[in-house]
Amino acid sequence: MVPTSYYLILAAMLFSIGIAAFLIKRNVITIFISIELMLNAVNLTFVAFAHMWHQVSGQIFVFFVMVVAAAEAAVGLAIIISIFRTRQTLNVDEIDLMKL
Amino acid sequence: MALPTPVIALLPEYVLTVAGVLIMLIEAVLKPGTSRKPLGWLAIAATVITGCIGWFQIRLGTLSAFSGSIQVDRFSIFFHLLIGAVVVATLLASLDYFEGDAASGVAGNAGEYYALVLFGAVGMMFMTCSTELLMVFIGLEISSISTYIMAGFRKGQASGSEASIKYFLLGSFATAFFLYGIALAFGATGSTSIAAIAAALGSSAPSHMAFLALAMMIVGLGFKVSAAPFHVWTPDVYQGAPAPVVGLMSTAPKAAAFAVLLRITFSGFPSMEHRWGMLLWLLAALSMTIGNLGALMQTDVKRMLAYSSIAHAGYLLVAFTAFPRDGIAAACFYTAAYAAMNVGAFAVVTQVGGYGEKLRTIEDYQGLATRRPVLAALLAFFLLSLIGIPFTGGFFGKFYVFAAALEADHVWLAVIGLINSGVACFYYLKLLASIYAKPEDEAAQDASSVVPAERIGVPAGIGLTLAAAATLMLGIFPGRVLHLANNAGKTLSPDSAQGIAGASPAAPQVSPIFSLKR
Repeated sequence: MVPTSYYLILAAMLFSIGIAAFLIKRNVITIFISIELMLNAVNLTFVAFAHMWHQVSGQIFVFFVMVVAAAEAAVGLAIIISIFRTRQTLNVDEIDLMKL
Repeated sequence: MALPTPVIALLPEYVLTVAGVLIMLIEAVLKPGTSRKPLGWLAIAATVITGCIGWFQIRLGTLSAFSGSIQVDRFSIFFHLLIGAVVVATLLASLDYFEGDAASGVAGNAGEYYALVLFGAVGMMFMTCSTELLMVFIGLEISSISTYIMAGFRKGQASGSEASIKYFLLGSFATAFFLYGIALAFGATGSTSIAAIAAALGSSAPSHMAFLALAMMIVGLGFKVSAAPFHVWTPDVYQGAPAPVVGLMSTAPKAAAFAVLLRITFSGFPSMEHRWGMLLWLLAALSMTIGNLGALMQTDVKRMLAYSSIAHAGYLLVAFTAFPRDGIAAACFYTAAYAAMNVGAFAVVTQVGGYGEKLRTIEDYQGLATRRPVLAALLAFFLLSLIGIPFTGGFFGKFYVFAAALEADHVWLAVIGLINSGVACFYYLKLLASIYAKPEDEAAQDASSVVPAERIGVPAGIGLTLAAAATLMLGIFPGRVLHLANNAGKTLSPDSAQGIAGASPAAPQVSPIFSLKR
C-alpha cells in the first residue's frame, strides 16, 4: 500500500508548481490555470489526510472546494473576457494602466 | 413566535439573502433607463432590519446553528453590527453615484450592484460567526467573489476591469494558501472545527505541521486584510475600482478577515502564541512602515488612501500581539473606528469625483474648500481622524492599540507605531493643505468649471453624516463601543473558551486600562 506521506509530498509539489507558474507565466489564462492547480493540490491533501484519520469530513471539504472553484472560474473567466474587450490582450505585462 | 434556534441565529443572513435575490429578480424585469434607486432603498432597509435583529440577538446569549459550526455570540454580533453599518453607509453614498451610470448612456444595472453588496455582506457575516473552518472558507469566498465583481463594475472602463482582474488573481492565490493551511490543520489535528483544533493542540506537543498550517492561514488572511508583504494588489485595486466600492472593500471585508484571524489565533491556536505572536509582530511592523512610506510618494488620492489603509492594517495587527488580555477588545475598537473614518473619507471621494472620477489627484483637490466647503470640512475631519487627532475615533483606536501593546511588553512595536503615526501626518496634511489652498493656476480653475458645484444628494448626505457622527462619537464617548468590544473580547478570550486554557494566567474580567478610561 502506498503510504500517506507520498500523497502529501505529491500535493506539496503540485502546490509549489502552481505558485511558480503563477509567478512566472504572463498569460492571464495560464495564471488562472495555475491557481486551479494549487486548489487541486489542496484537494489531494484533504483526501490523503481524510484517509489517514479515517474521517469523512476531509472528503466533504473537497466537494466544497470544487464547488467554490467552479464559481470562481465563472466569475474569473467573465472578468478575463471584459479585460480582453477593453484591452485586446491577455498579457499581464501589458495590463499596467496603474503602475506608479 | 417560536422559531427554532438555528433560524434565529441565522435570521440576519436570511434577510439579506432574500432581499438580495429579490433585488436581482426585480432588476431583471425593470426597463433599462428606469431609476434603480428604489432597489437601493430596499437594500438599505434590509440591512437596517438585519442590524435590528443583531441588536435583539445580543439579549439571547450565545446561539448556535448547523450543529455548532455557526456560533452567534457577542463577538460575532459586534462585527455583524459593524458590517451592517458599513454596508448602509456605502449604499447611501452610492445611490446617486450609480444613477450617473444611467445618465451617461450606459445601460444602468445598478440593481446588480445592490444585490452584490448584500451577498458580500452575507459572506462577511458568515465569516465572523463561524467556528468551523469550512464555513469560514465559504463565507470568505462569498464575500470575495462579490467584491471581485464590484471592483470592475463600471463597464467599459479599462482601469476598472484591470482592478478587477488583479484583485481576482491575487485574491484566489491567497485563498489557495488559506485552504492549504486548513488542509494542514486538518492533517495535524484531524478536525476543521476551531474548538477541536484548540483541544487537540492543547493536549499534545506543538508540531511543525500545525505551525505551518497556521502560517499558511495567516498568509491567506494577510492578503485579504492587505498587510505588507502581501499588500501589492491594494493600491492598484483601490485606484481602479469605483470609489463607493473601495469604501466598502477597504473596511467590511477587512473587518471580517480580522475577526477570522482573531478567532483562529486567539481561540484556535492559543497554545502556539509565542510563535504566531512573532509572525504578527513582523507583519505589523512591516505594514505600518511600508504603508506610510508608500503613501508619502502618491499623487492620486485613492492610491494614497490605499497605502494609508495598509498602514492601518498594521496598527490593527499591533493589537494582536497583546495576547491574551487587551488585544481583542483593542482590535475590535480599532476596527470600528477605522471603518467609520475610512467609509467617510471614501464617501467624500465619491462625492468629489462623481461617476467619471475626473478629479483624482491631490492637485485636483486644490481649492475644494472654496468650491464645496461642507465636503472639504468633512474630508478634513476624516483625515484628522486618520492621523489620530484627539476627539476623533482614530485617536482612541490608536491609543487603545498602543496601550495594549505596551501592557504586553511590546515596547519596540509601540515605538515603531508611534514613529509611523508621525510619518503619516505628512501625507494626510499634504492633502489637507491642498484642500484649503486657493486655486491659483488656470488648470485648477478649469477643473472647477468642469465639475459644477452641485449639492450633496440627500442619501449621500445621510451617509456622510452617519460616518462623521460615528467618528465623532467614538472620539468623545468611546465608552459604549468599548463596552461592546470588551464583551466581544471576553467571549473569545481563551480563558472562557470551551475548556481550553491557554498557557496564560487567568486574565481579569476588565483590564485596568479599559476600566480606567470608561
